[in-house]
Amino acid sequence: MSYEFLQQYWWFLVSLLGALLVFLLFVQGANSLVGSLGGDAEGRRLVINSTGRKWELTFTTLVTFGGAFFASFPLFYSTSFGGAYWLWMLILFTFVLQAVSYEFQNKLGNLLGVKTFQTFLVINGILGPLLLGGAVATFFEGSNFIVAKDNLTGIQPVISQWANASHGLDALLNPWVLVFGFAVFSLARTLGILYVMNNVADENIRSRASVRLVGTTIVFLLLFVAYLVHLLLKDGYAYDPATGVISIEPYKYLHNFLEMWYLLALLLIGVVLVLYGIIRTIVSKTYIGGIWPTGIGTVLTVLALLLCAGWNNTAYYPSTADLQSSLTIANSCSSEFTLCTMAYVSLLIPFVLAYIIIAWRKIDRKKLGREEIATDEAY
Amino acid sequence: MSNILLTIDTSTIEWSRAQFALTAIYHWLFVPLTLGLAVIMGIMETCYYRTKDTFWKDAAKFWQKLFGINFAMGVATGIILEFEFGTNWSNYSWLVGDIFGAPLAIEGIVAFFMESTFVAVMFFGWKKVSAGFHLASTWLTGLGATISAWWILVANAWMQYPVGCEFNPDTMRNEMVSFAEVALSPFAIDKFCHTVISAWIIGAVFTVAVSCWYLLKGREKKLALESIKIGAIVGLVASVGAALTGHHSAFRVAEVQPMKLAAMEALYNGGTDQSLTAIALVNPFAQPDYENEAEAPLKIAVPYALSILATNDPHGYVPGINDILNGYTKPDGTVELSADEKIERGKKAIEALAAYRQAKYGSSDGDASVVAYHLEVLKENMPYFGYGYIRDKSELVPFVPVNFYAFRIMVGVGCLLILFFMVVLFFVYKKDITAAPKWLYWSALAMIPLAYIASESGWLVAEFGRQPWTIQDMLPTWASVSNLHSSSVMLTFFIFLILFTTMLAVEINILVKQIKKGPEHENN
Repeated sequence: MSYEFLQQYWWFLVSLLGALLVFLLFVQGANSLVGSLGGDAEGRRLVINSTGRKWELTFTTLVTFGGAFFASFPLFYSTSFGGAYWLWMLILFTFVLQAVSYEFQNKLGNLLGVKTFQTFLVINGILGPLLLGGAVATFFEGSNFIVAKDNLTGIQPVISQWANASHGLDALLNPWVLVFGFAVFSLARTLGILYVMNNVADENIRSRASVRLVGTTIVFLLLFVAYLVHLLLKDGYAYDPATGVISIEPYKYLHNFLEMWYLLALLLIGVVLVLYGIIRTIVSKTYIGGIWPTGIGTVLTVLALLLCAGWNNTAYYPSTADLQSSLTIANSCSSEFTLCTMAYVSLLIPFVLAYIIIAWRKIDRKKLGREEIATDEAY
Repeated sequence: MSNILLTIDTSTIEWSRAQFALTAIYHWLFVPLTLGLAVIMGIMETCYYRTKDTFWKDAAKFWQKLFGINFAMGVATGIILEFEFGTNWSNYSWLVGDIFGAPLAIEGIVAFFMESTFVAVMFFGWKKVSAGFHLASTWLTGLGATISAWWILVANAWMQYPVGCEFNPDTMRNEMVSFAEVALSPFAIDKFCHTVISAWIIGAVFTVAVSCWYLLKGREKKLALESIKIGAIVGLVASVGAALTGHHSAFRVAEVQPMKLAAMEALYNGGTDQSLTAIALVNPFAQPDYENEAEAPLKIAVPYALSILATNDPHGYVPGINDILNGYTKPDGTVELSADEKIERGKKAIEALAAYRQAKYGSSDGDASVVAYHLEVLKENMPYFGYGYIRDKSELVPFVPVNFYAFRIMVGVGCLLILFFMVVLFFVYKKDITAAPKWLYWSALAMIPLAYIASESGWLVAEFGRQPWTIQDMLPTWASVSNLHSSSVMLTFFIFLILFTTMLAVEINILVKQIKKGPEHENN
């Protein structure tokens, strides 16, 4: 395995984790709609228990996404997390609120009341996907940072700096970052609706979900198409693999899709699957399996976008403050030894996916109903 | 591009340290109970699987419920810890991410997914999966948590004893050269054994104490009796194990972090035949005058015990703070440089690195012999690289009172716990624990805060003792931190403080209510 191959391989793995994370944001999407999907208190509890059987997978994928980035592209970890401090802190706060809310919301003696914890779930359901989407949008839109490794020998040894005082919140002033963020949020809602329709055996909830699916999908498609067009037409950040010099290239992302036809195919298949799952669910009165084609389509679409951001000599974390500080998979990755060692560890991933699928199928074999909530273990 | 940036505000370093310490201390309130209860409930469910007696199922479900309430907080604080390496210690993350990131990624892939997948089966799968699958899920949840502990402790041990890496002047970072040395470092093995075993003690104390509360109230006698049996056996084995692994840990500390050991002992001037201080009057609020005092006042010590602890030899040599600062000769004849000499060589290493970079990448279009010369100087002085960032040798001395008292609290409570579990088991097997005197039940309840204080004290020793280093001898805290304004970190510190404290209060209240409610009996 050459160093270049390992860099590409690890970008693929990180992108895959990111794509799976976006799919698993159905937990947040459904939680953001808990009031309108659930209707009454019992219905809300049903929705929360439905996502409550999966929330730890989303959470774990987020943590592993961070860990994998740390191990494979430590300069990104250092630059983005240390620089865009407030953006990441806001994301973390909302996930902390979520982590305790499931367990605490319905327990005797929870001090803050069930509504408070359900509100925490809604806050995470809205801000989690929105801010994560915004953070991912900076892979295309750029961020305001400077990397100067020689600082290590100077009077101030910190090598990565944010070039303004906002520490990441400036990203939210970029309208295209917001468009992408809201697109991810709408997608999470769409996935959440499809998941609840599939997972909860309750006609009232399913019919409410069905109604909301149309509106949510329209918003998602408008935002997604707008961003995709913008992405294909915008300038991108390319680097010369021989010298490492970074430059602006018009239509870089369009070129990437054309030069990497397999990514274009992945993107198209992904989009078709997303639409298939949604449209069939809207059209058919009995079809409740839309989460699967739409979920797989989401993974493929996001994977294609993230690979487009980092492959084909593209700077995946561009700097708008100093072009040459932009991060590429070549200048920000771990050493060949570490990437190679971790590549062996990554062979465990199919095994991990296999037992997740087995456990998921066993738990979801019977759809969740009001009776189970009343008589069995439940949040 | 270099040196265009602001200098770092010292309060940013202090607030970043405070925030990390706050998160770690809170995290360690929840994790040991998770690890400990995982063993207890695993044993109980195994009893159910073997006997099919629904009593064991009720018992296992009861402890699992308490486990679940606690588990969520461990998860919530854990995510913050992982990301704080990037948000608050970004320079550290780049300089050693090549080594340090790997255990964190493996922890996610191998441990977290196992934990999060099977914990859902454990809670919600009683009627959905077979008894065997459920039992396996319960043990796999605990195994996942334990594997997670392994990898994060590998990472922590590496910071205390950095092995298996080399500095690469071209990439300006440390790079891993041996995964086996990192993953199987003796420091990591000792740390894992000591930490996880001490977590089992917390689980055991909690189980015994809750059971004793039931006996105090005259309720749930069978559950209490069986839980006390399991809890006390696990607790006694773990307490003795913690003492043994603690000795190993101290031995390693003496080898690779002698300053930490000197601070733990308030040992200002070392030598051979060193006694272990049982107690002494060290001002808890100020750094002692170690340069001028011969030893801490009112010292009562156990002869030769420190030499045995540090070297396995009653006559072994143990350096004190002044020896380490002024330099000393080890028994094998090797000379340990003084702090001033190390600082000097550290500065040489940093200057050589700058010169190397300038010669190789600067405008002068470097002469190969000049590049090679600077590289040679850098390699010669690299073991002292971190000392180049030290401004004064007094910075190399950790805050002695915290180390001194925290170590004594940990060891003292540890000994008390061995005695406690022995007394409990005496009552279980030689008397009748369900009719034991009330002082025993009350003392069991008192053991909960004491065990937690001991457990946190262990971490205080580990982390305060290595100051000023983020990575021993390689990187001090002020060269590791992110360049943030202190007000930002201060604000997040207080947000976390309020958030975690509120959630802790909620958790304790829920636990109390759940314990008062007691187990649900399937037959009823």
